[in-house]
Amino acid sequence: MMMREWRTALYPLIGVFGILVLWQVYVVAFGVSRIVLPGPLDILRASVENWQILLRESWPTFVESVLGFGLAVVIGIPVAVCVANSRLLNLTLYPILIATQSVPKVAVAPIILVWFGLGLQSKLVIAFLVAFFPIVVDTAAGMRATPTGLLELARSLRASPLQVFLKVQFPAALPFIFAGSKVAVTLAVIGAVIGEFVGSLNGLGNLLLTANSQLDSPLAWAALIWLSVLGIVLFAAVVIAERIVMPWSEAGH
Amino acid sequence: MNKDPLVAIEDISFDLKRGDLVSLLGPSGCGKTTFLKIVAGLIPATSGTVQIGGRDVSQPHPDFGVVFQQANLMPWRTVINNVLFPMEILRRRDADAVARATELLGLVGLSGFEQSYPAQLSGGMQQRVALCRALIHRPTLLLMDEPFGALDELTRMEMQDLLLDIRAKTGATVMFVTHSISEAVYISDIVVVFSKRPAVIADYIEVGLPYPRSAELRYSAAFTQLEHRAGRALGITR
Repeated sequence: MMMREWRTALYPLIGVFGILVLWQVYVVAFGVSRIVLPGPLDILRASVENWQILLRESWPTFVESVLGFGLAVVIGIPVAVCVANSRLLNLTLYPILIATQSVPKVAVAPIILVWFGLGLQSKLVIAFLVAFFPIVVDTAAGMRATPTGLLELARSLRASPLQVFLKVQFPAALPFIFAGSKVAVTLAVIGAVIGEFVGSLNGLGNLLLTANSQLDSPLAWAALIWLSVLGIVLFAAVVIAERIVMPWSEAGH
Repeated sequence: MNKDPLVAIEDISFDLKRGDLVSLLGPSGCGKTTFLKIVAGLIPATSGTVQIGGRDVSQPHPDFGVVFQQANLMPWRTVINNVLFPMEILRRRDADAVARATELLGLVGLSGFEQSYPAQLSGGMQQRVALCRALIHRPTLLLMDEPFGALDELTRMEMQDLLLDIRAKTGATVMFVTHSISEAVYISDIVVVFSKRPAVIADYIEVGLPYPRSAELRYSAAFTQLEHRAGRALGITR
């Protein structure tokens, strides 16, 4: 048991370390320019030397992602509940939702920048737009997937629609909501970076662009890695929230 | 394109006394589940009425308890909170209800599992929790739709004894749907045999064997005769 846990942590680490070693050997052996492809050691050095800048620029990206994701949860779940429970709203809203989803967010970003400016709001809106869809779709699917046996049980007790929703439908949909949230939170980071690329004053995306334009590839790569870490941290936060909210999902295993 | 509606149940009429355990026995698809769901008020009858205690049953009655073939437990609730679910819906969850839930779980041999989640229980244990949940609000009538159908033979016989034990202790009136002849004869005061669709009553068997019943009874001549009679009514034997 302990042995297996230990292995699940060790093997991926060995894999990552192996790739880093190969990468470093390749860069040194073939004398690849640092501008074209910096080695892992260059990137590590750039990370350590610029840790204050990286940390400072992570904060706006973090805030944009989290707020955009939060807004997607707060608006997306009620929308999904309405869509799933009302045939009229489903017919009215669902095609619009699908249509907006098929619009490339990168293409909309410049317009949103015109509307909301270079600051936080525009990034928040773009992060929200990309995170919104998976939450709505998964939550709506969860609302419709309530086991019929549970609905019959509630009906046999003459439960009110509100009781059915709060005590049966919603808890039954939680696994779906979290599945959507895990996808949405990583998309929110991407949305924030898209916003920063199109026009921004700060953030990791902004730093990455700046470093790239100055041919400071190690710093650009360092910013990229910090971005990935940010995404992983936010994903892990959702997983932890899932375990806290749904302790029973662990119970069967 | 409209097909003629399927007539599942033609004319079913029988009396049910308080405290009786009545089995509805019939082949699969004969409409006995439909009948039970009409009694439970879960689906409306196209014609005719069901009266219980002189009252018309056209919508669900919270004073009935229902057990389905699947335990239908809520995976997000602990065992005790699953049992207390009806009390929450009826807004009667109080200290008494919790005490009764604990007592019922004790009766079915699940003391100590109050805080477990359903995923941690076996199929038989889950069905016992479902039985407690159906009894928590002291229903006047307990409706059971092939409740032990998904269990293995040994667990099934255990559950039959458990049901009889619970009934002796709670005095519940039970309507029990099954397609097992021996199960029907073993547990019931009265076995109502349904014919194939459209279902009519093929036989009405007053079992008359004394309670408490034990496993030896299954091998007695009287028991076999009753099984034989039910089998004839079903058209299996002559």
